[in-house]
Amino acid sequence: MNSSKHDSIGEKLFDGLNYLFLGLLALVTVLPFIYIIAGSFATEVELMEREFFIFPRDPSFSAYQYIFSTDTVSRSMINSVIITIAGTIANLAFTFTMAYALSRKDLMGRNVIMNLVVFSMLFSGGMIPGYLVVKELGLLDTYAAVILPGAISAFNMIIIKNFFQELPPGLEESARIDGCTDLGVLWRIVLPLSKPIIATFGLFYAVGHWNNFFSALLFLNDHMKWPLQVILREIVMLSQMAAGDMGAMDPNFVEPPDQSVKMAVIVVGTLPILLVYPFLQKHFAKGVLLGSIKG
Amino acid sequence: MNTALQSEIEVSARQGIPKRRRWLSKLKKDKWLYILLVPGLLYFLVFKYLPMWGVLIAFQNYQPFLGFWNSEWVGFEHFRNFFANPDFFRLLRNTLILAIYDLVFFFPAPIILALLLNEVRLAYFKRIVQTLVYVPHFVSMVIVASMTYVFLTTSGGIINELVAAVTGQSINFLADTDWFRPMIILQMMWKDSGWGTIIFLAALASVDMEQYEAAVVDGASRFQRLIYITIPAISSTIVILLILRLGSFLDNGFEQIFLMTNSLNRSVADVFDTYVYFVGITQGAFSYSTAIGLFKSVVGILLIYGSNRLAKRFGQEGIF
Repeated sequence: MNSSKHDSIGEKLFDGLNYLFLGLLALVTVLPFIYIIAGSFATEVELMEREFFIFPRDPSFSAYQYIFSTDTVSRSMINSVIITIAGTIANLAFTFTMAYALSRKDLMGRNVIMNLVVFSMLFSGGMIPGYLVVKELGLLDTYAAVILPGAISAFNMIIIKNFFQELPPGLEESARIDGCTDLGVLWRIVLPLSKPIIATFGLFYAVGHWNNFFSALLFLNDHMKWPLQVILREIVMLSQMAAGDMGAMDPNFVEPPDQSVKMAVIVVGTLPILLVYPFLQKHFAKGVLLGSIKG
Repeated sequence: MNTALQSEIEVSARQGIPKRRRWLSKLKKDKWLYILLVPGLLYFLVFKYLPMWGVLIAFQNYQPFLGFWNSEWVGFEHFRNFFANPDFFRLLRNTLILAIYDLVFFFPAPIILALLLNEVRLAYFKRIVQTLVYVPHFVSMVIVASMTYVFLTTSGGIINELVAAVTGQSINFLADTDWFRPMIILQMMWKDSGWGTIIFLAALASVDMEQYEAAVVDGASRFQRLIYITIPAISSTIVILLILRLGSFLDNGFEQIFLMTNSLNRSVADVFDTYVYFVGITQGAFSYSTAIGLFKSVVGILLIYGSNRLAKRFGQEGIF
């Protein structure tokens, strides 16, 4: 946007410092990840000797072997996968059906319901009443307890509703003339047109489930149902394996490589996010822009 | 479809069909839409509005075995107890200090970053930096806290090794009460200042390039262009985000503080949110902790209305 020929020395200096600062910032963002990944493949001896390194001298999988030597971590990963898949499907089903119904301006009672939704964004009953509702429904210690209370993000629902409202009305009308019910229109016309937005919100909801810690802490006392994030905290921050001392019964037990094990668990928790990040990145600018249209 | 409905209504009105019948015919016509609405509506009623009703236990001595209907009503007793409790001032202080730190140090970070990114002319450099700084937003708070622990521990954490190499002794960041607040704010900046730029960069992208060109013709310096074109272009976005931030002024991010709290830094770490969890869930004082939560929600709603009116008074568009 600027013509670079007429830059003064001051501007050149600013540009140089700006590039330097942003470059360093990008480095500060990624270095922790790189160091953690490298450290997870290092031996404990190397971590003690060489504090600063990027490539381990003799890469070893001992940390990973250690964390998968019992099923604490793998079980929690399975729990996380179940919660993520079931939770995302529930999110999409709840959010899209409601958004479609509310996208129809002539729907009787629409304004009342929209006001209910918006008010719920401003005021909430808080942690304890929410906990008691889940408890009274008998959902404690079930996967449903970490899925249902967050089934709809009001904000997402409103964005999707606005998206539906902007679809060309002619398509729906011609389908209706062909004898489609509202359900048929949603299934055959609207949803196929919404594939990108389904992918976007599906990914965002899925990341939310994979990362969710608080609901699991609140609603799951049963260790067997704990997702990875809870186990991760147990191992790294409370420095203990949740299912008791994992080596005690195992005759082949080797002293845990402390730091590298922690790093390996962090890698296991982060990797799925880093793997979907390119797809997320493709969608999120769009998603956030859609959100800002709301007004 | 609209016209079909309208003519239907007109016909029925002309024929003098009672109102109730029209109501029913509308319900019948849209029956699939209402069926689609049921799950979502149930969700909001059960998981949003039932807890709002449940807030009334703040005025009770709620006993789980007696249930909501049979528990004894005690009026404002829990609120009085809470305000008289020395914990109240500690919590208020911790919450407010963190919120002010957040507003002063974290809130401007994405704005500054977006302005710096906006000055970058090499498109690929800008894209790479953006791609990298967005990543931490998607990583869970547990991961962020875990990495902080691994890096800052006094037993072999890399940052502490660096500190020790420079100053000769390591600092126990994780337990030190002086380091708790800077640590929280730095975590927030690392995690979300990149992500926060998106909304500002979107606002900047919509600025008409001709404005800049005209300014160049008029001899405006780059700094003047920043002050008179770029910043006004994002000022309404800043105001909206500021209102939203003020509305949740007392929300300090439960997960982050919960994860970074330990027995040594508790005196500065306890905030309303985590206190509600410890007293309510861990100790089972449901009514008392609900009262604390309600106090916080009411203050929050007052703050959002107040800041919205303030924004309007200063000639900005509010959010409602």
